[in-house]
Amino acid sequence: MSEELSYEDKKYGHDPQYRLALSDDILMKIEKPERYIGHEVNSVVKDRESVSVRFAMCFPDVYEIGMSHLGIQILYDMFNSMEDVWCERVYSPWVDLDAVMREQHIPLFALESQDPVKDFDFLGITIQYEMCYTNILQILDLSQIPLNAQERGEGCPIVIGGGPCTYNPEPLADFFDIFYIGEGETQYRNLINLYKECRDKGLGRVEFLRRAARLPGLYVPRFYQTAYNEDGTIQSFTPTEEGIPERITKEIVTDVTDTYYPMKPIVPFIKVTQDRVVLEIQRGCIRGCRFCQAGQLYRPVRERDVDTLKKWAVEMLKNTGHEEISLSSLSSSDYSKLPELIDFLIDECGRNHTNISLPSLRIDAFSLDVMSKVQDVRKSSLTFAPEAGSQRLRNVINKGLTEEVILKGAGLAFEGGWTRVKLYFMLGLPTETEEDIRGIAELSNKIAALFFDTVPKDRRTNGKVQIVASTSFFVPKPFTPFQWAAQCTKDQFIEKAYQTRGAISEQLNRKSIKYNWHEADASVLEGVLARGDRRLCQVIRKVYEKGSFYDAWGEYYNNERWLETLEECGLSVDFYSHRERSLDEKLPWDFIDCGVSKEFLKREWEKAKREEVSENCSLKCQGCGAAKFGCGICKASTNA
Amino acid sequence: MKEKNIKLRIKFRKFGPLRFIGHLDVMRFFQKAIRRAEIDVAYTGGFSPHQIMTFAAPLGVGLESNGEYMDIEVCSLTSCQDILDRLNGASVPGIEVVSVKVLPDTAGNAMASVAAAAYTVAFRQGREPRTDIARALPGFLAKEKIPYTKETKKGCRELDLKPGIYELTYSEAENDKTGMPFLDGKPFFHEKSFFHGKPFFHMLLDASSAGNIKPGQVIEAFLSENGEVLQENALLITREELYTNIGTEEKPRLVALSDICNEEDIFMDKRYST
Repeated sequence: MSEELSYEDKKYGHDPQYRLALSDDILMKIEKPERYIGHEVNSVVKDRESVSVRFAMCFPDVYEIGMSHLGIQILYDMFNSMEDVWCERVYSPWVDLDAVMREQHIPLFALESQDPVKDFDFLGITIQYEMCYTNILQILDLSQIPLNAQERGEGCPIVIGGGPCTYNPEPLADFFDIFYIGEGETQYRNLINLYKECRDKGLGRVEFLRRAARLPGLYVPRFYQTAYNEDGTIQSFTPTEEGIPERITKEIVTDVTDTYYPMKPIVPFIKVTQDRVVLEIQRGCIRGCRFCQAGQLYRPVRERDVDTLKKWAVEMLKNTGHEEISLSSLSSSDYSKLPELIDFLIDECGRNHTNISLPSLRIDAFSLDVMSKVQDVRKSSLTFAPEAGSQRLRNVINKGLTEEVILKGAGLAFEGGWTRVKLYFMLGLPTETEEDIRGIAELSNKIAALFFDTVPKDRRTNGKVQIVASTSFFVPKPFTPFQWAAQCTKDQFIEKAYQTRGAISEQLNRKSIKYNWHEADASVLEGVLARGDRRLCQVIRKVYEKGSFYDAWGEYYNNERWLETLEECGLSVDFYSHRERSLDEKLPWDFIDCGVSKEFLKREWEKAKREEVSENCSLKCQGCGAAKFGCGICKASTNA
Repeated sequence: MKEKNIKLRIKFRKFGPLRFIGHLDVMRFFQKAIRRAEIDVAYTGGFSPHQIMTFAAPLGVGLESNGEYMDIEVCSLTSCQDILDRLNGASVPGIEVVSVKVLPDTAGNAMASVAAAAYTVAFRQGREPRTDIARALPGFLAKEKIPYTKETKKGCRELDLKPGIYELTYSEAENDKTGMPFLDGKPFFHEKSFFHGKPFFHMLLDASSAGNIKPGQVIEAFLSENGEVLQENALLITREELYTNIGTEEKPRLVALSDICNEEDIFMDKRYST
């Protein structure tokens, strides 16, 4: 640290309200200093002396991404509603500031107090996608907290992970003291109480963690060990002590209406990805698409009371001043009171110059009518996610959308004045053939042809239609029926993208179709991390130490480095990604109970291979196992 | 027929950490603050209506200001004081509205009418020049021309700063609130200013779109004249006030942007009250 305090440091140093962790020199030199100064509207500042637990809540990516995440806003609101806790935010410093902080040994700080994270009681990290794993190490490293949990002493914050990736926490097991499995609203109060109790009694870090491991939903990796078979698969995964549970069941909010929701979300100064009020209308999804992890993890679907949502919408718009509100859920069209909610919002927002954004709507007469009321038809585009090009493959993945439905929706839309259509597909799905891939091109072509059939020449805006077909590469995820499936190799992926492009170029309406595809490298690595085991911890650490982070940002992703490090550690991409797992193999995430049983997933995997579809939760219960939580649609249907 | 909108001129301060909020983000901040404050702001027509809002000269990132301006239009008005209170209630520490006044219909908008800006400028600790400023300044001011090479994307451009420097003084006295020599003699110090207790320059500079010059350029030219180079990030700059010219080009009469408003709506500016 520099001994010479600057004039501003002296001036503002005694007034916590104005103290900044970074000097003017640094703030003037880096991109978007607003990412690091806090002070946003609705951010919570408490008196350090009046709280007894300091919680730093981190999203390990850049501010604009992290600030757009609803989960953190919910937990931030929950923690700060507790009188004894002060929860603050931390994001990954961008690469420019990262370099400065390393050079000048500036410890990473929380935005509200600007105090070093290393002085907090807890560092909570939300783990939303695999490609942020190296950023987690960046956060720990810049915070000056030892990377491995076992190296941390008494004064270090308890590092706790949450979010979807914790349903297979094993590749990160070395770096976390605790993983919180499931929805955060339920157990944190108990954990905080336990922490205070252990601190008061002077029981020390390890004893606190030992006791925390007995709380529902909490996984403390240091109390478990893994043994491997000769072929590299898992032989056993067992607790190392008496009293440590063998299985961890996810935590779930059974009543999503009577729970925490931030009525005063933070309003950032800079434009972030989600620059609007986000109204989560329900959790979970009834659909059961077989590639979709969220659709399994967040079962059962639980709707929020529509009158409560209306009240929240008004209050959040008033408290933020946002000009837009967005409905959030995995499949908004399935919310039973959607028409009522949308009518209310159109009425309310119309009076206040507020825009409504409606993602994840199924395209039909209702949604087209709504969309024509809330957006400029000429400027907006329609989005379909058939995910696969042929009906055969859509049956395999249990995606209920049929060609007939797509064409009907598109036809209505063209009559309504829309001229742009976006189509999302996946390449490399299990059982995919060249014919399925050609189906992507043919479906795109049919939609274009439909436009020319539907809209007479004199009514064509700009005279043409624009179809944008995008493909991503399929990554098998834990707790899906495809968790046993082999993932394609990079070369196979690239071949499939070429086939798609080739097939599109053979279509009659090729000039109306634009094709985009993703990079293949990162998709393969995402597959390795998604279904990896504890041995990957050393790989992630080494890759980080060699200089990798911001892997989710294409320009900073170094595929060669990952491959070379996997090899150095005696591990292979083939083992983790490209082999089909046998049904009796012990999977690294088997010790977690997300509600959906392995038997159900096996049944679904077999049905997928037979090209059989399963009806959604509202039509017929498939017996997935989530009914044991006794809430949401499971409760409604057993009562019926 | 729609009733006519009322134009308001809003003066605000920007200080502390919020010095690092960029100009566009300050606009976004006020758009949302006005909605939080439930002010009956007027919107443009069309498919994507936006608030009718104009800002005066953008302030550079890192600068503090006691004299920022925006004009808005409202459909109805309770009182200026009410608007001020509600905006401050919806604000955060670091942005503070200091006055709200009704703007005469004849007045030009905030952006177009800026003619000059007053600044207070000091050196950061450890980055003061060797030059004896008090001794060297009169010579600098007596020069016929003050050449300055401005680097732009297209290359270098030679400027003469002299015509754009309307006032330039230097005070070494600590906490000197009395020696402020310009215009109406009002002290421009605020207790939260980061100059509190430092020797400072006072400048009144051309801020019109045609002849805008920056305080840093003046100091750079002054030091260069004395054989010194201005160090990086060496200056603490507070913009104190923005002025419009109600005289002619030959015989300018500068008044603060907030002082061309209707008399009956003028109330005590908080900074000057005792």
